[in-house]
Amino acid sequence: MLMFCCCLLQNSELFTLTYGALVTQLCKDYENDEEVNKQLDKMGYNIGVRLIEDFLARSSVGRCQDFRETADVIAKVAFKMYLGITPSVTNWSPAGDEFSLILENNPLVDFVELPDNHSTLIYSNLLCGVLRGALEMVQMAVDVRFAQDTLRGDNVTEIRMKFIKRIEENLPAGDDQEERKMVFY
Amino acid sequence: MTVHNLYIFDRNGTCLYYNEWNRKKQAGISKEEEFKLMYGMLFSIRSFVSKMSPLDMKDGFLSFQTSRYRLHYYETPTGLKFVLNTDLSVGSARDTLQHIYSNLYVELLVKNPVCVLGQSLESELFSSRLDAFIRGLPYYSPRAA
Repeated sequence: MLMFCCCLLQNSELFTLTYGALVTQLCKDYENDEEVNKQLDKMGYNIGVRLIEDFLARSSVGRCQDFRETADVIAKVAFKMYLGITPSVTNWSPAGDEFSLILENNPLVDFVELPDNHSTLIYSNLLCGVLRGALEMVQMAVDVRFAQDTLRGDNVTEIRMKFIKRIEENLPAGDDQEERKMVFY
Repeated sequence: MTVHNLYIFDRNGTCLYYNEWNRKKQAGISKEEEFKLMYGMLFSIRSFVSKMSPLDMKDGFLSFQTSRYRLHYYETPTGLKFVLNTDLSVGSARDTLQHIYSNLYVELLVKNPVCVLGQSLESELFSSRLDAFIRGLPYYSPRAA
């Protein structure tokens, strides 16, 4: 475990540079900030649906009881585990269905400056996709977006997360009646 | 002391993996019907158990036993369901199933970009590691008790 942590610290520059190379390549391929944002979100989603399994396997965190607990687990356990940072959870909406994660520093953007012609690029949009994909796999539909970004001149990086609805578990495709008959014959 | 068989289902009811080590009697129906039956039963019993619980539920359905075998159940928050049938000498296989999830499923399948999740798992490495793990369990023996 300790050796793993040391590797992680040594590799954080490699990680930051790899992410930067990824975004740069996407910008070259798509030439349009909106499209790059979408691709980052999609890639993040695909990472998220798998990352959640690794997270559950390594952290032995059980099901969260409510959205507040989810927020705490995301900030204190997940972000710490994967990015080595602990954002703070603030700005709860009165209904308790929306909150902000404030990141003092964002390891993805070390050494990065956005050029003027990419003012609408959401550089770290991968994170939004990851959070969305991961939570979808634990039956929560959420909307995740960047409200503030240090790369675009703000003081802090703020990710806003909103709970949309609970994704209900369904019986597999096929006749429900038939399923029940099979169980009770 | 023995392990009879193992099923792995995903959150949609698809049987991702099935293997048997010591099963003397078959169900008499096709494998597809057997998986549907197993999943349907799990779905019903989980809902029953939580509805009828006289106290606040923590983990939910864990296992059931008959006069000949015990069925052990482990479900992850992502809806992945592990079902292990053993003989009665095995009290709880929760740790075993958790190990299969954390150290085999997640390490070998989730982290493998080539493996498509949500359909029947076809990883030789997973099959052989799982087989070795089951055979290495302290309560496994080739013959039923």
